[in-house]
Amino acid sequence: MSDTRFTEDHEWARIEEDGSITVGISNYAQEQLGDVVYVELPDVGKIINAGAEAAVIESVKAAGDVKLPVTGKVIEINERLADEPELVNSSPQDEGWFMKLEPENAQAITNLMDESAYGEYIDKL
Amino acid sequence: MNSREKILRTPLYDLHVELNGKMTPFSGYEMPVNYSRGIIKEHLHTRSHAGLFDVSHMGQVRLTGVNVARSLEYLVPVDIEALALNKQVYAVFSNETGGILDDLIITRWGEDEFFLVFNAACKKQDLAHLEKHLPAEVNIEFLHDRALIALQGPAAMDVMAQLAPAAKDLVFMTGCFTSIEGVECYVSRSGYTGEDGFEISLPADQADRIARFILTFDEVEAIGLGARDSLRLEAGFCLYGHDMDVHTSPIEAGLQWLISKSRRLGGDKQGGFPGADVIFDQMTSLNCKLRVGLLALGKAPIREGTELVNDNSEKIGVVTSGGFGPSLNAPVAMGYVEREYALAGTELKALVRDKQLPVRVSDLPFIPHRYFRG
Repeated sequence: MSDTRFTEDHEWARIEEDGSITVGISNYAQEQLGDVVYVELPDVGKIINAGAEAAVIESVKAAGDVKLPVTGKVIEINERLADEPELVNSSPQDEGWFMKLEPENAQAITNLMDESAYGEYIDKL
Repeated sequence: MNSREKILRTPLYDLHVELNGKMTPFSGYEMPVNYSRGIIKEHLHTRSHAGLFDVSHMGQVRLTGVNVARSLEYLVPVDIEALALNKQVYAVFSNETGGILDDLIITRWGEDEFFLVFNAACKKQDLAHLEKHLPAEVNIEFLHDRALIALQGPAAMDVMAQLAPAAKDLVFMTGCFTSIEGVECYVSRSGYTGEDGFEISLPADQADRIARFILTFDEVEAIGLGARDSLRLEAGFCLYGHDMDVHTSPIEAGLQWLISKSRRLGGDKQGGFPGADVIFDQMTSLNCKLRVGLLALGKAPIREGTELVNDNSEKIGVVTSGGFGPSLNAPVAMGYVEREYALAGTELKALVRDKQLPVRVSDLPFIPHRYFRG
């Protein structure tokens, strides 16, 4: 069973069955950004701290950064985004994922908002 | 804009909201960045069919008075007296140091009558400039009761043929008074996309009805400011406040073509506009920075403010507009570089997030203009 959590900066993080964490941006975030044209992902093997900039996302109009909700080592990146950055718009929480992490402490993400709490959060924005 | 000033709405505000426009403050107005389909689709639709743009935030002014043409020539490096009836010309208000106060379109409406369209952000300053420098006998009428919409793209002519048959035969940079659905308007064959198209000045209280009517044509979609920006960037046009300002001259901006022969050195009305000495000096020496197109060799967009360096990592320029060009399906930018780096094909590096990304100086426009010249 997967458990997807959300940050106030509109990233999502999901604990996978193997204990890794997949990270991406929410549907709300992609709607705000508009057409995504470029995603800069970190190198596999890089250790990134929670709250640090892990990826850069560029839409037609603007650039934004993606911060990690937990500290971890990058074990896989979504190579498809290099040629198909529009996947972030069409499928933000599935095919448009950014990277997988081996987290220092996977349970840290349970402090984040669950789907219903995040839904309430964005309704107030 | 002063933050205490009330944000304004154009006559098409309700329509933008109905069309699900993503509204954002721009030059003191609440304007749509894009509608439901998004910037890329809106951009491509304009290049393949036709787009309708609300540009009612821009300043529209009517000047009348004896010898108004001559008086205007004190402010712009253009031969206004020679402008024929219903012809338009692109011009800049220059300042004493050769910088650009604003860019504008001037249309001759009569022997002593002209129509000016300038940037929303410069409205107050431009009006003050006109009031200060034009003689008292020139009447300056700010057309606050007029809206302005643009219909741009290869299908614009077919649509215009049905809206106002008289306007479909206009050639680029000419206009005529006509009517659309019974509403008097001034239609010109001009625009800011590089495509064939029209701009329609009409009474503000009729704009909503006419815009909705134009949108009933299958070829036409509403287009927001986001695509307007990417379209003009691909077309190589300057955006005031970004690609030119009081610190750039028309020569540096690559706009020497707008200086009429008669107003140049050796012309029969040589000079006589603010900053003429500086501008002539630059025209002769070209000893100045120059505006260039920039194509990124990678996929990352190069944004405004990005520094440009040479092979020795010395700063030799800066990006003034940059983003993604949907028609090129690649990042596009423009900026200013020192003269020796301005040749098309020159390879430079853009400093993006501590990386040096390769860019190549490119001729402008990126996408060939497709004007109708008859």
